[in-house]
Amino acid sequence: MDNIKPRVKVPKSASAGEIITIKTLINHPMESGLRKGKDGNLIPRQIINKFTCEFNGKSVFSCELEPAISANPYIEFSAKVTEAGTFKFSWLDDDGSVYETENKIAIK
Amino acid sequence: MNLTRRQMLCASVGAAAAGVFGFSLSASATPEATAESIKNFAGGKEPAMGGDLTLTTPEIAENGNTVPIEVSVASPMTDDDYVESVVIYAEGNPNPDVAVFHFTPMSGAAEAKTRMRLAKTQNVVAVAKTSKGQVFMDKKEVKVTIGGCGG
Repeated sequence: MDNIKPRVKVPKSASAGEIITIKTLINHPMESGLRKGKDGNLIPRQIINKFTCEFNGKSVFSCELEPAISANPYIEFSAKVTEAGTFKFSWLDDDGSVYETENKIAIK
Repeated sequence: MNLTRRQMLCASVGAAAAGVFGFSLSASATPEATAESIKNFAGGKEPAMGGDLTLTTPEIAENGNTVPIEVSVASPMTDDDYVESVVIYAEGNPNPDVAVFHFTPMSGAAEAKTRMRLAKTQNVVAVAKTSKGQVFMDKKEVKVTIGGCGG
């Protein structure tokens, strides 16, 4: 799908060992597959079914999403920062597309 | 049919809301189906009510399309004692599954927030599993107002 833009909020820096909060949002219709269109036929399901967050290649947080998640899925979670590095976020779409973004963090 | 203006308005708003959700009553999940899923997730263990797991939901959700929910589990989150996963169910949705959160010791804290859809007034259930095999459960009722008709 086009025009999918992930947005992520990560602090620019943190002290070593600090637990930070990460907020993510991606614009996506999260079509449940249960809704009927104007022609009376079901609109096929298309959702983001998985979200993952990695820090320097190691898994921090992941979640599996179902059609019961609202459109434009918002996910907030925390991460422990022990060293400077890069957070990598990926969203997996039902149609096979992967939306990715990265954020760097420094140590104070 | 002699409908008053108010009844007419309610009926049309209700119909519109039903269209938005597109949920038919026959396809509704049941608390039994949810209990079955919880059993599978817990691996046959009986989940302890409450405990370290807190599920935060609004008491009344005006719009069932975006209901903010929050789960948090009190845990040291060390390499040998951390929360592995938290699963969310909605008993009255067509499909009770909502989301599964997977945590690691790198998460620092077992906390997550998201926004979910609720078809009607129902219980939302969260079940957490720790690396030591403990299982916790929390349940909250959320009242969903659809179109202001008291649905």
